[in-house]
This record gives sequence, C-alpha cells and structure tokens, in this order.
Amino acid sequence: MPESSHLRRILVLWLVLSAVATPVVVLVLAPGLPPGNDTAEASAQVTDNTVLLGIVTPIAVLIFVYFAYALIVFRRREGEPEEGTAVREHRGIQMTWLIVTSVIVLFLAGYGTVRLFASGSGGGQGADPLVKPSGDKLQVQVIAQQWEFTYRYPSFGGVETPHLVLPVDQEVELHVTSLDAIHSFWAHDLGVKADANPGVDNVAYVKPTKTQTFDIRCAELCGLWHGYMFDTGQIVSDASFEAWIQQQQSQFAPATKVLPPYNTHYNPAPRRRAG
Amino acid sequence: MKSLTSRVIGIVIAVAIVAVAITFYVSGFLRSPTPIAAGQIGPGQAQLTLGTTPAVGKLGGNPTWVSFLVREGDQWKHTTNFDVPAHSLVKVTVDQYDGQSGLRNPFLSQVQGTVGGVMTVDGQTMDAINPQEASHTFAVPQLGILVPLPGVADDAPNQCAEMPCTLDQAHKTITFTIRTGEKGRYRWQCFVPCAAGFNDGFGGPMQTIGYMDGFVHVV
Amino acid sequence: MNAEQSARSPLRRLLGFNVLTGILLGIVGFYFGWWLGHRIHAPSLDYLGDTGQNDIALMCGYLFFVVGFVIGLGFAKYPLARMTGREPSHHENEEGGVGRYFGVCTDHKVVGIQYLIGIGVFFFIGGLNAMLIRAELLRPSPQLFGSGNYLTIVGLHGAMMMGIMTSGILGPFANYFVPLMIGARRMAFPRIEALSFWLLMAAGLILVSTISFGGFPTGWTGYGPLNDQANWGYDSFIFFFALVGISMTLLGVNLIATIVTMRAPGLTWARLPIFCWGALSTSGLMVLAAPVLIAVLSMVAFDRAVQTSFFLSSSGGSPYLFENLFWFFGHPEVYVLALPGMAIILEILPVFARKPLWGYRLAVAGLLGVSLLSFFVWQHHLFVSGINSALRPFYMLSTEVISVPTGFIFLCGMATLWRARVRFTVPMLFCLAWFFNFFIGGISGVFLSDTPSDVSTHGSFFVMAHFHYTIMGGLVFAFFAAIYYWVPKMLGLRFNEALSKIHFWLMFIAFNSTFAPLFALGLMGMPRRVSTYADNLQPLNIWVSVSAFVLGTSMLIFLANVVYSMVIVRKPAEANPWGSKSLEWQLPTPVPVHNFDRTPVIDEDPYDYGVPPPAPKPTERPASAPG
Repeated sequence: MPESSHLRRILVLWLVLSAVATPVVVLVLAPGLPPGNDTAEASAQVTDNTVLLGIVTPIAVLIFVYFAYALIVFRRREGEPEEGTAVREHRGIQMTWLIVTSVIVLFLAGYGTVRLFASGSGGGQGADPLVKPSGDKLQVQVIAQQWEFTYRYPSFGGVETPHLVLPVDQEVELHVTSLDAIHSFWAHDLGVKADANPGVDNVAYVKPTKTQTFDIRCAELCGLWHGYMFDTGQIVSDASFEAWIQQQQSQFAPATKVLPPYNTHYNPAPRRRAG
Repeated sequence: MKSLTSRVIGIVIAVAIVAVAITFYVSGFLRSPTPIAAGQIGPGQAQLTLGTTPAVGKLGGNPTWVSFLVREGDQWKHTTNFDVPAHSLVKVTVDQYDGQSGLRNPFLSQVQGTVGGVMTVDGQTMDAINPQEASHTFAVPQLGILVPLPGVADDAPNQCAEMPCTLDQAHKTITFTIRTGEKGRYRWQCFVPCAAGFNDGFGGPMQTIGYMDGFVHVV
Repeated sequence: MNAEQSARSPLRRLLGFNVLTGILLGIVGFYFGWWLGHRIHAPSLDYLGDTGQNDIALMCGYLFFVVGFVIGLGFAKYPLARMTGREPSHHENEEGGVGRYFGVCTDHKVVGIQYLIGIGVFFFIGGLNAMLIRAELLRPSPQLFGSGNYLTIVGLHGAMMMGIMTSGILGPFANYFVPLMIGARRMAFPRIEALSFWLLMAAGLILVSTISFGGFPTGWTGYGPLNDQANWGYDSFIFFFALVGISMTLLGVNLIATIVTMRAPGLTWARLPIFCWGALSTSGLMVLAAPVLIAVLSMVAFDRAVQTSFFLSSSGGSPYLFENLFWFFGHPEVYVLALPGMAIILEILPVFARKPLWGYRLAVAGLLGVSLLSFFVWQHHLFVSGINSALRPFYMLSTEVISVPTGFIFLCGMATLWRARVRFTVPMLFCLAWFFNFFIGGISGVFLSDTPSDVSTHGSFFVMAHFHYTIMGGLVFAFFAAIYYWVPKMLGLRFNEALSKIHFWLMFIAFNSTFAPLFALGLMGMPRRVSTYADNLQPLNIWVSVSAFVLGTSMLIFLANVVYSMVIVRKPAEANPWGSKSLEWQLPTPVPVHNFDRTPVIDEDPYDYGVPPPAPKPTERPASAPG
C-alpha cells in the first residue's frame, strides 16, 4: 500500500473520532467536573478545564489512533520479510511538528496567563496579590495551627471562631497564615487553595454564589493529624451571617479579650526550642 | 553447577528469610497503645480519670517526655486511647501535675463543647483561663470539645517531676462533663506547645500517640 | 602448608574486605559516633537532654557508620597503599568468582549487576510500603496503623522510590552497557563506580533504620519547619538523601567522563547510541542538581542539631528557602528518573520495529532540551504557596514549553513505527506501554501546569496519579523493558516467555486500574498523604487498593519468573537473540572480563536496520583508522 493511503486512513479516523469525542468531552463531561459552579473561582476553573480538555482531546485521539493503526497495520506477520523500511528522517514533518507543538504550548501559556489575570484563580497569591477583584471585600483570616483551622473576622471586633461561615454573593478576601508548620487551606468546593506559611500572609479571593456547606481540608503534610485537619464551612444568606457572627461574638467574648491585636501574621512564643 | 535439589532448598530458605523479614518489618508499624474503658458510674454515665505529668518516667518508652495517663483503680496506666459509651454523660477528671507553658493561639484558652460550656478547676467553675497559664488542652476538634488545662505554678512547693505522681504533690484538679453522641473513633490532642526541646514545642510527644495525642473511641 | 592454607581460606575470605566486614565495621563506627556525639556539650545544646533524642549523637553515628562501612568494604586499601609507597593493585576482584559481587569490584559489569540486585531489593521494600498504604486506605478512617506510623510508611515509600530509583536505570544498565556501547574496557573511574554503588546501599540501610528512631512524618519532600519538629528518625532521612545525592553525583561524573573521553575510534557524537545520550544528559542533571540537595540537607541538619535557623521564619529564616532549594533539586530529579526511560525506549524500539531510529538528531535535541529546561520550572510546585505571585505566568510558560522537547521523543518513537515490521516481544510490549502511560502522565501535566487549574489539583491525588503515570509508568516500565532486553546478555540466561508475558499484561492492566481512578479521587477533593477521607470516596478507594494489590502480585510473578528462569531452569541465551546491531550485542555471552580483545572501530550508528530506501545521496564519513 502506498504511503499516502496509510496517511489518509489515519487522518480520516482521527477526524471522525475527534469529531465525536471532542464535543462529548467538552459539552457533556467537562461542565460537570469538580470543583463545580458554586463560586466565581470554581466556575472559572471549570471553564479553564473545559478549554484545556477541548485542546487535549484531539491530541489524545491522534496519538491513540496513530499507535493503534501502526501496531495493527505495521506488525510483522508470519512469512513477511523481517526488515522495515529504512527511512531516517523527514525535515518537513520535523518542522511541522515543532511548529504545531510550539503553537499549542504558547497558546496554552497565553490562555492560562489571561485567565489568571481575569479571574485570580482562587489560589493563594502571597501578601501582595497580583490580581485583586474590585469592590468591597469581607476580610477573613484563616489561622492554621497544628492541627486545626480557626478563623478571625477583623471587621467584627477581631472575633476568632473555630467555624468558617461566609455570606453569599460577597467578595471574600482570605488571609491565610500559620502559627507553626506549613499547612494548606483547601476549600475544594469553593475552588480555593492557599498554603499557610508561618509568618506569611497569603491572600486568596473567593466569591460564593450559592448558599451551601463545603468541605475544608489541609492539603499540605503538617504532621501527625494532617489527615484529620478537616472541617465543614457554610455559605449563608446575609441575614443569617449577621445573626451568626453576633452569636459568635458573644459566645467567644472571653477568648476574644485575650487575643493579640489583629495582624496579617503572628509569631507566637516559644520562638525556638521550647524548654 | 550445583544440583537442582540444592538450588530449590536454597530458594525455600531464601523465601522463608524474606517472609520473616517482611513480618518483622510490618509488625513494627502495627504497635498502638491498648485502650482503657471509662468506668460506668450509673445508667448513661461514665467516669474517666486522666493525669498529666512533666515526664512519664519508667512508665513510658521515652522517660523524659511529657505525657497524659489514665488512672485505673489506683494505678497510672500509660495509654491515651479511651473507650467511652455512646449517648452518655462522661465525667472527666484531670489531675494536672505539669507546669505552665502557655498557648500559641490564646483563642484556645476558652472552654468549648462541654456540658454548660464550663469546667471546674480545684472546685471553681470557669469558662476560660489565662492563656499564659495553660499547661495542656484536652481537645477533640471533630466533636467541638476543647478544655484548656491550667498548669501548676512555677513556684509551687513539692512538685512532681515524673510519674508515678501522687495526690499529695502539687497539682490542679480539673473536672468537666461531655455528652457523647454517635459511635465512632475521634482523635484528641493537646494544643499547648509542651514538648520540651522540640521546635515550637510541637515535636516528639506532641506528635506521638500515647503521649499528647490519642483516640477517643465512642462505643 | 598447603592444607593449612586451604583450611584458612574460607574464613579469610569471610573476613577479607567484603560487605560482611563492611557492615561489621559500620556498626562499630556507628557506636563510636554515638559515643562521640553524646560527649559533645555546649550550653545552647541543653535541649537535647529534654527530648531524649540526641540528634548530634545519631548524626555522628551515621557518619561513622558510613566511614566504617566504606573502610570495611576495602575502599581504603588503594589510598593506603599509595600513601605508604607500596604498589597498589589497579584492578580489584575482577576475576574472583562469586565473591566479587560482595565487595569492591572495579569491573563495570559486576557493578552493573550489583546495582540491579541492590536496587531491586529497595524497590521491593518501597513497593511493600505502597501495599501497606493501600491496605490502610481500604477504609475511610484509620484502622491498621497508628497515624504517626502511617506517615512514616508514606515517607519511606516516597523516599525509597524517589531516592534509590534515581539510579534505577543508570546504575545497572548505564554502568554495564555504556562502556560496551562505546567500545571501552571499563568506566573512566572504576573505584568511584564501586563507591557510588556501595554508598547507595549504605543510604538504603540508613533509611530503613529510621523505624528504630520513630520514623519521620514529613513525606519524601521533608518540608520545614515540620522537619525541625520531627523525631530523630528524620536524621536518617537526611543522611539517606545526602548519601543518595553523593552517589548520584559520583555516578554522573563517572558517566560524563566515560562518554566524553573513552569512545572508540570512529564513534562520533552523531553515531553515539541514543541510550548513551540519555545517560549523558541525565548525568548532567545529576551533577548539577544533586549538590543542591546535599547543601539543603546540611542546612536542615544544622537547624536540627545546633540551633541554626535557615528555615524557621520565627528566627529570621524562611520555609520558602527550603521549598525553593528542594525543588531546584527536585524537579531536575524528576527528569533524572524520566530521561533514562525515554532513552531506553528509543534504544529498544528500532530493534523490534526493524527500522533505524527515526530523527536521531531530533531525539538528541529532545533529551538535551528536556534536561536544560528542567532547571527552569521548579516553582510550579509552589503555585499556591503565596510566594511572588508575579512569577507564576513565567513558570506556567516554562513548564508548558518543556512539553515541546518531550514531544520530540514522541515524534521519534511514533515515526520509528511507521512502515515498520513490529515484533511484539516482551521488551517491546513494555516500550509500547511506556508510550501509553507517559502520554497520559504528560497530558495530565497540562492541567497541573496551568495555574488556575492547578489551584484545585495541587497537593491532591490528581498530582499523585500524574507523577505515578510519569515515573512508575515511565521509569519502571522502561526499567522492566531494559531488564527483559538486556538481562539475557548480562546473565547469559533466558527468561521464561509465558511468565514474562503474564507479568507484563497483569502489570499494565493493574497499573492503569490503580492510577487512573486517582485522577478522579483528586478532582473529588482527596488530598495526598492522609489516612482519612470522605465516606463517599470509599468505593473508588477500595477499587484502587484491590488494583494495587494485583499490581503487587504482578511483581511477585516477576520474582517467580526470575527464580524460575535464572535459578531453576537456567536456559542459556544466545549471544544476540534480538538481532540487534548495537555494539554490546556483538560480544560473546558472557561478556569477557576486558570486553574487547581489540578496540573496535565504528563507522556507522547502531541503527542500521531495514531495507535501504531508494538510494539517498551517499553520506560522508570521516576517515577511520583501518582495521
């Protein structure tokens, strides 16, 4: 069989299978994938994953079609000659491959950068965030310690509580810090992850769009009870949030009195080897 | 070359040695302190007596480490795994022989999750302590329980240096009651950086089950 | 006289310089160091008494263990002879029968086999740890191991696989075959070659000993400040990885020197087998990256033992420093694992496709490009760490650009199959599986390199699935391809075909069945290194655990195959069973001690397969020495 008809067959197989697989992946599979659509950040990640899957699917189909075709058609059958055809290179194919892969890669990097600036991505951005959403923001401090997250609301008298409750449709500015080892605050359903480093203020933004409960887990190995550093948070309506925060303020009044003044990070004693 | 029989015997011996080595290796990981059950003191009521010590002494594998213990009869038992009955009131008494270390996060100086949100320290009812005076905490984060345990003052006379400690030595007695719910296995821990010599006071006993960490098994 | 000599000889052989005396002197050294360490006092070190764990004593113990081990093995013989003016022997144990496998041997073929067996042992211990991890994860709350022990098992699995397996392919196969492929009689530095092997074994022993010292809760990355809180079992981790780093550096230096200076006449760079190019580019990574690891671990050792604070933010240091230095080593290290796999695949593929390697120059460019770029991507491990967020777009770009040279490797492999006559032998099956696994691993990397997408997947089981697809699917499948391809040459014995095929299919299916669901688990919110997880993830976790046990079983089948084929049946292999044109297969089996009677002269690359295509223009060949 001449070279060109092998190529034509692979091309047709690829086009047909991609034409089937890509829409299925992009339209059916991808939109339902975690982290879901409960916050602006999570939705943005789902959009990104959908675009990436849309690019990746035809590539995957091409690779699998090629290998399947080559291994079936170019296998050595009984009685055939032992040796293949000694072609060593083809400048045109090499250049095309180089250009196509470079274009895809540059597009991916460009798209990722644009999306990073557009949505902020929900990731921890350090003390001086690159991407800040506009409008007023509710500040919430996430304090990680071995082995519990506690939360501090500086705009409500600096009250600290073991529960994370956020009002819906409100841009939240999370300040993540740690008192000891490195932890990572991961609210999976919100599309937020930010490492908690001792002495560091790591800012992440999130805007919940639906009232719901969500899981919080520590995503960085932090010692013995790392696997138990989980918690459930809540997104509630504005009114319930007001009621809840007032209840917390009165319940934790004794503890709030002895807290250090609100700061972006803390260096509590003992600073070094304890005695 | 050697005969087939000797080769087969060699293989059998090698397999046996490997099997023994693997068993030894795996069993090394399986150690865990035996649990002690809280004593029944009435229908739906149980009693648990814990103690803390600055050094566990001969009762533990690491004699210099700070530790929790359980009192069974008049004996201190070195374990941190307790069984408590489900849907009951569990009265916990802690004999606190250890000194003051102070909390890294002062927020944890307030009592949470006990019946009434309070505890008694030497008979006095309290809902919070001075964070600087904290010696340990008894905390079960999944159940929302947090009890800060004040330590013996630095200048108190007749302090206990290592277990077994007795009630005539300087100590504080803390009591509180918790209401248990569904069956399950919950971890508990101390939040006070009390591990002397370790960075942030948070290594060694603070990260070892049997010292400052353990399981509350609701059965 | 004669009778007396022969009666003494077994005892003398046992107490001569070998691994037994090495371990004995090592233990003596350990207790000496232990004693010495307990005598080091300073006012600032009082806290060591409180902990009941004298890090200084343990570190001194390990240090003198290594010294004793190395002396006991006989590494001091040569320098001592030089110093005292005696004539040293230049070849050690090269013709000493089975005994030479248990001591210092300067024959690169012996070292290759030592590496294969030594690494195999630690690979199986690492695999056993993986089985224990999966047994624990059968249920959503811990049941088998106290949680602290679980973290130690996770750390041991990671450290064992990421540490020992850095030499997984280069140790056995580059040491054995690079000299044969380039027509040399030995490696450039035969004693350093032996030292790199024995240091790796010392490292493995030290890592296993961590169990006696409370283990370490940090995983293989060993992040601070957790590493400063850890029990003294972490000191074992420090010495383990530092020794691995030294061993890697020595291996890399040796391979570079050998490939650069000892090629046979006529073996130009353009004719060098692709596996040698892979060894060369990997060695470059080893030599440049491993010293950074040794440096960062020394800093941790100081932090732990003598109260410095490189990584403690409360005293002016920074945990970010550890993360950056670690991943500056760690990311090239990932390619230290992956590159030899790529090279082996491209080396084996032409033999069974019966075609020349397509795009030789492109493949070389791919290997060198990957190794160069791998130094510029490390901060993608820190996308959500809160460090300099303005740098994220750059690291996203550099990470994605690395897929271009990786793509070269794929193109070369794919085009080599074009109009081939593929023979599905066992090594070939492992090669093809490599392409499947590495493609999935690579394509999942697209999501991890994309910063917005990485926010959800970072630190989750998605990452775990990704790197197991690239490292286990890449390195370990290539490792087995190399075993089935080359061991018949190394040992002169044939594998049982049926058992080999069962091993392959079971391993391939179980591997994918184990790691593909982990992508889903990660997306559903399961973080790494936990012994607890949400109840709704249990069915998938049970599936994964059962698949993992099948994967473990496939390894037992491999072991059974080794025992059956190499010990019981012992069918001799032909000198060149695959019809390869590479130089190492032209030698008789077993390979003679000094490899080549006459220095070979090379006038072609080793991929001269296939029916010549309709006459291309004649290639120019540099004049080579006649004969």
